[in-house]
Amino acid sequence: MSAHASPGTPAPPASSLLASSIAPGRRFRNRLATSLVFLTVAVAAIPLLLLIAYVVQRGGPAISSKFLTKPIPPPLRKGPGMGPAIVGTLVITFWATVIAVPLGILGAIYVTEYGAGNHLARVIRFMSDVMAGVPSIVMGLFIFTAFTLKTHKLTGLGGSLALACLMLPIVIRSTESMLALVPRELREASYALGTTKSRTVLTVVMPAALPGITSGCLLAIARAAGETAPLLFTIGALQSRSNWNAFKGSNTTLSAQIFVNASQPFAGAQQRAWGAALTLIVMVLVLTVVARIVSSRLTVKAP
Amino acid sequence: MTATALHPQGPAPPPAPPTLKASRPRLADKSFRMITLACGLAVLAILALIAVFTTNKAMPALRSEGLGFLTSRNWNPSPASGHAHFGGLAFIYGTLGISFIALAISVPVSLGLALFLSEVAPRRLRLPVVYVIDLMAAIPSVVFGLWGILALQKPLGRFYGHVSDIFAGVPLLDRIFRGSSGRSFFTAGLIVAMMITPIITSLTREVFATVPSSQKEAALALGATRWEMMRTAILGYGRSGVVGAVMLGLGRAMGETIAVALVIGSVPSITLSLFHPGDAMAAVIANQFGESSGTFQAALIALGVVLFAITIVINMVARAFVTRAERALGQA
Repeated sequence: MSAHASPGTPAPPASSLLASSIAPGRRFRNRLATSLVFLTVAVAAIPLLLLIAYVVQRGGPAISSKFLTKPIPPPLRKGPGMGPAIVGTLVITFWATVIAVPLGILGAIYVTEYGAGNHLARVIRFMSDVMAGVPSIVMGLFIFTAFTLKTHKLTGLGGSLALACLMLPIVIRSTESMLALVPRELREASYALGTTKSRTVLTVVMPAALPGITSGCLLAIARAAGETAPLLFTIGALQSRSNWNAFKGSNTTLSAQIFVNASQPFAGAQQRAWGAALTLIVMVLVLTVVARIVSSRLTVKAP
Repeated sequence: MTATALHPQGPAPPPAPPTLKASRPRLADKSFRMITLACGLAVLAILALIAVFTTNKAMPALRSEGLGFLTSRNWNPSPASGHAHFGGLAFIYGTLGISFIALAISVPVSLGLALFLSEVAPRRLRLPVVYVIDLMAAIPSVVFGLWGILALQKPLGRFYGHVSDIFAGVPLLDRIFRGSSGRSFFTAGLIVAMMITPIITSLTREVFATVPSSQKEAALALGATRWEMMRTAILGYGRSGVVGAVMLGLGRAMGETIAVALVIGSVPSITLSLFHPGDAMAAVIANQFGESSGTFQAALIALGVVLFAITIVINMVARAFVTRAERALGQA
């Protein structure tokens, strides 16, 4: 019943032309569907805006220079202090990036540049997509059993390893799609000059794809910085002093502090949780926005 | 000339193309290839290691419970007397229930958003809506959880109370809409729905974008209204891609941990009542792992293994669907 032509109606979708000859039932269904589609936008946007407004309203007053730098007070006590969590988030995310980004980029280079059409490369690509769907808590359990239990220490590095596992498939996926955008002619021109494959990849293909890859990596970092689950049992999340050393001593992060303080009945702890939430959202959004700018300003240019 | 520019530090430029591949570059070339191969293999190695290490540490619980780990609802880590029991059924039920609620809310919204962005949106509105979806994807799980527990819990509890009053006495429905706990299956489902909507939306949007415009134009040329065109050409054509996207959303919903851990209420229960507190696999691990040891810890790790196995299977099937859809659309 859907695709029967109404006689005399030509192709253009302009509604004024169609309206005259369409049966009222069909016109009604079309209007209904269109308004439902608009409704879904409201359904998605309104709760999100409420959430943002709430976090800003509750977290805004908590933010101060003391909040950003001072040690974390015990839950019962009121007052500012989230410095160690900010330090921890930066340190742990930094080391996760150091581990995951080179691994991911090189892995993606294998898949697109060396393995094109080869069975192993297809398996790696497929499994990295599957790995992207592995729950973050499972990564945490993995690092707990494979690293924390072996070293008998809670360190920032444990958290970094778990986050790196989480970032790896994202980095691979985005790098791969960016490398695929580099025009074939660029590679061929380079080969024609007698350049080896590795040199072509490093000096021709990579620079061309770099903005896109950077943007993908920033998004992966943003995702990792907001993660909580893999850190809970690898970093000893209750640390209240700043620890810049990821290799020694326990650590904490903004996300872990939000989680711990969210279920506290004390007003001071809850206010710090809101402040930490606002800080974390701002950090993640800055990364996301920078990623967007990098990818839109410096897109791959074919010569 | 050009060759010198390309090899500034290399040996003197060779005169003719056949000799270009000197022995040193070839060695460098080979080792670079091997390095990239090793990095690619890291993915396979990590996945294998996850399975080996977690299963290994989960064995004590799996061995003592056997199949009962999946089929029994008796979860009692520290009984007053007698043996501890670890039956994970209530957690598996909770995870499936929450995911089902989340999908029921999120799938229609995501499809609507994707259709809006690909077909309906006026040009001016498209970009702001894309930003809203990006923002939704960027908000950390723990912030959703914080909002759910500190801001939504009370109003939602009151709302659930009203709803359950309305359905009181209606057979079946009064069981489904029973309860008035702000921390419940439904709250968790609602929050998870917000978290998976951007994922399903962006995947379906990619699928819709690959529907050939000839299909859409053909539908319109036959006199179809815009809705009829969307239904026949876009939804019809992209069906298998949409199925894949929904399954990827399902995988994400099942693995969602922190937000659920905060708003689920942590009472393992198997009930039809939406507004009743419950518990879920990932949530119980997050909430109780810190205080666990011995067989209890092994049981929590075993829940992680079950979760890992389920999400791996779901993701493999979903990826297969998405790949098939891309291939089918690519050929058209």
